[in-house]
Amino acid sequence: MFNYIVRRLLQMVLILFAISAITFFLFWATPANPALLICGKDCNTERIAEVNASYGFDDPLIVQYGRYMSGLVNPGGRELGSEGSQEHCSWPCLDRSLQNGLQVTDSIADAIGPTFWLATGAAVLWLVSGVLLGLLAALRKGKWLDKLSVGLALFGVSFPTLVLGYLLVFVFIVKGGLLPYPDQANSSPSAGLVPFFQFYILPWVTLALVNAALYTRLTRANMIDTMNEDFIRTARAKGLGERQVVFKHGLRAALTPIVTIFGLDLGALLGGAVITERIFSIQGLGKLSIDSVLGNDLPVVMGVVLVAAFFVVFANIVVDVLYAFIDPRVRLS
Amino acid sequence: MSTTASTEPVQPSGARDASAFLEVRDLHVRFPTDDGLVRAVNGLSFSLQPGETLGIVGESGSGKSVTSLAIMGLHKGSRAQVEGEIWLDGDELVSMRVEEMRRLRGNKVSMIFQDPLSAMHPFYKIGDQLVEAYLVHNDVSKAVAKKRAVDMLDRVGIPSPASRYHDYPHQFSGGMRQRAMIAMALMCDPRLLIADEPTTALDVTVQAQILDLMNDLQKEFNSAIIIITHDLGVVAQMAQKLVVMYGGRVVEAGDVRDIFYRPEHPYAWGLLGSIPRITGGGDRLKSIKGSPPSLINLPTGCPFHPRCDFRDKVPGDACVTDVPELLQIGGTPHAARCHIPSPERQRLFTEQIKPAL
Amino acid sequence: MTTTSTPKSTGRATAFSERTNPVRGEVLLEVEGLQRHFPVTQGIVFQRQTGAVKAVDGIDFQLIAGETLGLVGESGCGKSTTGRLVTRLDEPTGGKITFQGADITHLNRRQMRPFRRDVQIIFQDPFSSLNPRQTVGTIIAAPFDIQGIKSEGGTRKAVQDLMARVGLNPEHYNRYPHEFSGGQRQRIGIARALALRPKLIVCDEPVSALDVSIQAQVVNLLDDLQDEFDLTYLFVAHDLSVVRHISDRVAVMYLGKIVEIAARDELYNHSRHPYTHALLSAVPEPDPDAVKRRERIRLTGDVPSPLNPPTGCRFRTRCWKAQDVCAEQEPPLVQIGAPGHLAACHFPEERDVV
Ligand SMILES: Nc1ncnc2c1ncn2[C@@H]1O[C@H](COP(=O)(O)OP(=O)(O)OP(=O)(O)O)[C@@H](O)[C@H]1O
Ligand SMILES: Nc1ncnc2c1ncn2[C@@H]1O[C@H](COP(=O)(O)OP(=O)(O)OP(=O)(O)O)[C@@H](O)[C@H]1O
Ligand code: SF4
Ligand code: SF4
Ligand SMILES: [Mg+2]
Ligand SMILES: [Mg+2]
Repeated sequence: MFNYIVRRLLQMVLILFAISAITFFLFWATPANPALLICGKDCNTERIAEVNASYGFDDPLIVQYGRYMSGLVNPGGRELGSEGSQEHCSWPCLDRSLQNGLQVTDSIADAIGPTFWLATGAAVLWLVSGVLLGLLAALRKGKWLDKLSVGLALFGVSFPTLVLGYLLVFVFIVKGGLLPYPDQANSSPSAGLVPFFQFYILPWVTLALVNAALYTRLTRANMIDTMNEDFIRTARAKGLGERQVVFKHGLRAALTPIVTIFGLDLGALLGGAVITERIFSIQGLGKLSIDSVLGNDLPVVMGVVLVAAFFVVFANIVVDVLYAFIDPRVRLS
Repeated sequence: MSTTASTEPVQPSGARDASAFLEVRDLHVRFPTDDGLVRAVNGLSFSLQPGETLGIVGESGSGKSVTSLAIMGLHKGSRAQVEGEIWLDGDELVSMRVEEMRRLRGNKVSMIFQDPLSAMHPFYKIGDQLVEAYLVHNDVSKAVAKKRAVDMLDRVGIPSPASRYHDYPHQFSGGMRQRAMIAMALMCDPRLLIADEPTTALDVTVQAQILDLMNDLQKEFNSAIIIITHDLGVVAQMAQKLVVMYGGRVVEAGDVRDIFYRPEHPYAWGLLGSIPRITGGGDRLKSIKGSPPSLINLPTGCPFHPRCDFRDKVPGDACVTDVPELLQIGGTPHAARCHIPSPERQRLFTEQIKPAL
Repeated sequence: MTTTSTPKSTGRATAFSERTNPVRGEVLLEVEGLQRHFPVTQGIVFQRQTGAVKAVDGIDFQLIAGETLGLVGESGCGKSTTGRLVTRLDEPTGGKITFQGADITHLNRRQMRPFRRDVQIIFQDPFSSLNPRQTVGTIIAAPFDIQGIKSEGGTRKAVQDLMARVGLNPEHYNRYPHEFSGGQRQRIGIARALALRPKLIVCDEPVSALDVSIQAQVVNLLDDLQDEFDLTYLFVAHDLSVVRHISDRVAVMYLGKIVEIAARDELYNHSRHPYTHALLSAVPEPDPDAVKRRERIRLTGDVPSPLNPPTGCRFRTRCWKAQDVCAEQEPPLVQIGAPGHLAACHFPEERDVV
């Protein structure tokens, strides 16, 4: 298992390498021209040439890519810029933004906090509500509670996030005044728990709804299948109480596939929840990535893509390892 | 008529058999499915004394396992419809609440399931599953239960039981799983043991040990055993009483010798004729023609009639129109469900069937 | 209109002609020194190997095209593992498997694909090998779909024909596995294995869950299919009477080794190995009064573990004939008696047990 984990981590590094290369070369394959962006309003050919020279946009792409990667490969980081704007960028160096000149590592570090709280909070919400509802529905199969939760799930899946988000804002903030307008200062728990929850509750609900619905359906289906298994019958035949049968024997088996999907979903979300962040103007990775793409800001695009890819790939590894802990059958092979 | 005097219907209209430890009376089990109502058990009755072993044989799909699940109360809470009475040591089980039933399960009555890989939880260690079965009904420490589990694994012949205790079901061979399943059923010394195909995955030497073990249990605790099996050799060795099932009904019942030496039902004849013999060669095996009945559209009249070679011995269309009753033969516990009169059946057996066995 | 004179070759016909059909009497499968040790480890992240279950520990045998080799032996001695190895559902840790001249010992999944449809297995545990979420029709149709084979009248008809052939009611096409009885589940597995008309079928206790009448039907069916399609069977079973009926040769395994192998009647009438004697003597006879008549050899002594098999002869801890030499030297599997009759015992002798 240890060897396996090491192998997977090495694999991850390779994947990230490949992704960085693909992003980099794809970016240059588009008609985008970052030099134009940098040189600003009073731009002329001379100034553009200057910019190209100082940022190295003249160099062959492969050289530029090598320069970018040196900040990630070299444990000492790299020196950025020229003329008066020289600065050191320590490992892992993701270069500087073309728009505001800030180091990308710092921008990401700032944006990761809100995204982290948003994603994990929503994940907890949809996991708990999805599993609970699904479980209840499965145990009351065919009864009204089941029908209700199936209906809710259908509703949740088909409700567009964008509409839901703006609807919540309208009802709870604009019209109802039940919650304050979002204030970026409250985006971390250090601002106090009440403002923190007030800040995140609507984004959580918005982000969690679709997944909660999907997880309800999944849990219900898995649980119904599992409760038909022979080993459940054995558990009852031992004289176990229904609660133990359901939780110890049934849920354990039914949740296994859900753990996998949960890990992957959460991993994907940590790269940013674009729509939700936008609706609630949360300064997270999603917003950062939108801004950078719209602004042709290559270093930031690269940074955001790499971070998002890292979470996805890493979540994959965590899930696989976790699976081995849960299901002894995959342990040996 | 004199025939009525000697052929009493063995039907549950009479009083309960007071001495019986287990009595199943007119049991029906039906499953509503998308295709229609599956009538798995249709008016089944039998009884069993303490210390006695009853063998149940019959066609695959004839309702043997469904009956055992009914005795364990395991249809409760599912969509199965169960009717009739099951009396166990003075308690009626069909109407019993699940909560009460739970206390009996695994304790007073326990069951060895067919298909032992799927019957064990894939994520828990074999040993822990045994321990769990003991702890539900016994207020002892985990260590005591564990010792008991290792003990039982040893008794069913698992080599190095203390280290195999930590294995998961998929790490056991088919036969070892079956033995673990048996060990689990015996953890609490049940008074009634239902063994559904307990030895199909075992080689004959281990099978012999397991059967000895079940006999020991029976002697020690005066337990009653129901053994369901396709292996007529095992039945011949273990059972005192035998029930032959077809299409969810008893078609013949009696002492094991009655059925092996004086069978009277054409299905039982076919069954005995199909047994492969260890002394036989590579010639074709005999089998009963046709296929098992559909339980959704049970054949009218005698459910065996589409496959029966002896319909012409019954005048008219009785076999197709009337369900024969399970009638006692000459006041003995031996009974059969066939329209052919008993003396005629006996003659047919000695003249036509027996020589070919 | 032009009449289509070109013969329409159905998928099945073309697929069949591509395959080299085995010639009766040729060696179809050869196994040399086959070994499968399961490592026993402790810890999950940092695993240490603390031993190995020697499930199959060096066995040799050949399967001749068109024959049936019966494989019997103590529960846990490695029969299913052997079956999984020759069908390459599991990879050997030692030895060599040759199928129609090709070394398939370490082929990976992709390389195995051409052999997949030639080599099928009927599993011992019927239920757990069936996907509970698929209907029986889908399960049996899966091999057709995977290999992209179409049959006249549609897959559905082909599947229902197969269901009828193994004694399942075709009207149950849309039912799920848990709605079937044990014996019915087993027949689903048989139908699935037969779907692609393979050359070699490993039957891992295919009839032990069936009642004797259907068992007879299935055994006869397997017999017919063998004649019709020149099938070769490796037939694992505990019912020695069934094995006698279906097999041409029989191999007896004990704790990961073959201890005796011979032509059918030779083995049943002139067995030489004490374990074979014990096995044959324990067959329960379907006769209530015979129980007392027959002398069963009761095996006493320690049941050995594949984790740590005894030195020398593996049967010695339970053998009533064991001498010192049995602990010191492992008896080789050598010819004794009739040609093709091999046994691994230092003191082989005949004994009338059947
Ligand atoms: N949950 C269910 N839903 C629908 N039909 C069912 C269900 N369980 C069992 N059956 C049907 O009831 C019939 C009797 O099944 P049962 O398992 O009792 O057979 P059996 O006599 O034990 O056979 P075998 O010897 O093959 O195990 C079968 O035809 C089976 O298909
Ligand atoms: N995945 C596994 N991991 C560890 N041990 C295993 C595994 N599979 C099988 N074994 C062990 O290998 C040995 C042989 O198992 P196998 O299933 O081949 O026996 P078998 O001869 O088919 O027995 P049976 O007749 O009981 O089915 C057993 O001791 C078993 O516990
Ligand atoms: S009643 Fe008729 S069909 Fe039924 S077993 Fe007797 S003779 Fe055969
Ligand atoms: S070699 Fe010795 S121990 Fe082994 S079977 Fe022969 S006599 Fe018995
Ligand atoms: Mg059954
Ligand atoms: Mg096996």
